[in-house]
Amino acid sequence: MNKLMTQDRIDAPDELYQALVDAHDGLEDGESRQLNARLILLLANHIGDVDVVAEATAAARASVLGDRD
Amino acid sequence: MPKAYQHPKFEYVPPPELTRGETGTATVAVVGGGPVGVCMAIDLARRGVATVLLDDDDTTSHGSRLICMSKRTLEIFDRLGAGQPFRDKGVLWNRGRLFFGEKEVYDFDLLPERDQAWPAFINIQQYYCEDFLIRVAEATDGVELRWRNKVVAVEQDDNAAVLDVETPDGTYKLRADYVIACDGASSTVRRHMDLPFVGRAFQDRFLITDIIMQAEFPSERWFWFEPPFHDGESALLHKQPDDIWRVDLQLDGDADPEVETKPENVIPRIKRMLGEDTPFEVEWISLYTFRCRRLEKFKHGRVIFAGDSAHQVSPFGARGGNGGVQDIDNLAWKLAAVIRGDAPAALIDTYDPERILAADENILNSTRSTDFMTPKSPAVRDFRDAVLALAREHDFARRMVNSGRLSVPAVLDGSSLNTPDADSFDSDMRPGAAPLDAPVVVDGEDAWFLHCLGDDFTAMVYCQDDANLPADFGAAVAAMDDAVKLLTVGPAGAVQDRDGRLAERYDLKPGTLYLFRPDQHVAGRIRRPDAAWLQAATNRAMGRERG
Repeated sequence: MNKLMTQDRIDAPDELYQALVDAHDGLEDGESRQLNARLILLLANHIGDVDVVAEATAAARASVLGDRD
Repeated sequence: MPKAYQHPKFEYVPPPELTRGETGTATVAVVGGGPVGVCMAIDLARRGVATVLLDDDDTTSHGSRLICMSKRTLEIFDRLGAGQPFRDKGVLWNRGRLFFGEKEVYDFDLLPERDQAWPAFINIQQYYCEDFLIRVAEATDGVELRWRNKVVAVEQDDNAAVLDVETPDGTYKLRADYVIACDGASSTVRRHMDLPFVGRAFQDRFLITDIIMQAEFPSERWFWFEPPFHDGESALLHKQPDDIWRVDLQLDGDADPEVETKPENVIPRIKRMLGEDTPFEVEWISLYTFRCRRLEKFKHGRVIFAGDSAHQVSPFGARGGNGGVQDIDNLAWKLAAVIRGDAPAALIDTYDPERILAADENILNSTRSTDFMTPKSPAVRDFRDAVLALAREHDFARRMVNSGRLSVPAVLDGSSLNTPDADSFDSDMRPGAAPLDAPVVVDGEDAWFLHCLGDDFTAMVYCQDDANLPADFGAAVAAMDDAVKLLTVGPAGAVQDRDGRLAERYDLKPGTLYLFRPDQHVAGRIRRPDAAWLQAATNRAMGRERG
């Protein structure tokens, strides 16, 4: 079974972050939310492994819930 | 009341128990004269078990209610000798189309494997369905139909269940070795036994309307997410016979049923959908609250539940009525084999795991469909809308769109009746699967493979030449205690594989044997069969070996 990779894997972190930011340029709030949702779906399909995606959603959720403390 | 269909009035006959003033007896009493109950009575009678069917009414269903008959259900009706009128009267369809907002997203084919006797679905009103089945039941020896016989109490001991039955002339008792409760979602039998449901009820409601309309829309299932004509809620349009169209409109959870089902409130909603200039008449209005739940188990001593009395699902998947008919398909042969003394009582116990697996599959699918149609938070709605938007160009998103995962028969994986594969097969027709049909030729005539299977066990052997059948195999099969029909297929067989579809769908090679149960599900398969394997697999499928 494939595992979610969370170690640093990105050559150009600033470029990647900028790409995410630029994607929202000039969008209304609702459009931005749609962009995020569609982006997640496209990336999830690229990963193509339900277990990995489930592990990522669990990690994201744990991170959000961790903010409550 | 429908304009084109005349509701029959079935004759009430005072039961003999009333004049004799004593408790009646029956081998099997079926409670409920809907599609599930009537199928049960016919199927048992065909297997030599007489039934008494009790129904509190004396006519067919008052509304169109369940309208989508799935391929597997039609195959079962066909096996019971009731298939033809569905083909003659019903609306055959295979294609669904999906719209999001004002745009069409995509269309899909529900019968990717053509060359089968039956289409993916036939739409027909429930009153026709019941009518056709009751006509067959009336003509079947061993089925006694008792109209206006209402079950008002249930008791049971170790050997039988006793029903109190109310008629226009008084109440009598009927003692039955088995009672099959097919009395629907608000089952009297279930309430008397105080059996709770497990599962979910949803807030969401659908307004279900039948309209009469002359229209040239094709025979397809049209489903809209957030259509411009219906305040952003879902809608469905579906064709039925007699120029009747089913219109389903999703309502808010806080909608008032009393108000919403008034014609003066329904008609403007439908006008917004069809346009002001399209003439139509409203024939039937109903309101459906989504439920996805079931009994913890379906067999309770001598009382066995089937259909909506045992499990309920949301309608967008046609999994309610179809699931119920498939319950009967599973139960009838087992019950008959035990009553005849051919199988141990343990065989009936396998109804629970096999059909609970199917019910859970139906419940899971309809729960997911409901969740997709009715997002429970803004973030979830974002995802739903994102899937619909991406579905216009991306196949992966199309596969996520869920307007109902339409009924397909459950594969009874892991059942104790299956003989697990020891050989390798490149075919989904694994032990537990319902059979796929194929075009064949018998005695020079075109025919369908499923018609060759019938009501008993069938051992199908693929014969490239005569040497593929083990020596004396025919004699060995004939000598078995169980009724097993030997069916040779292929170039040297009795059944010719007309276009090679049979060999392809079952991955048949010279000598390959498939054993089908009396409900036609695959019991086991083997590349190099012998009589000992066939006997062992049959014993297993009859519940003689556990584990």
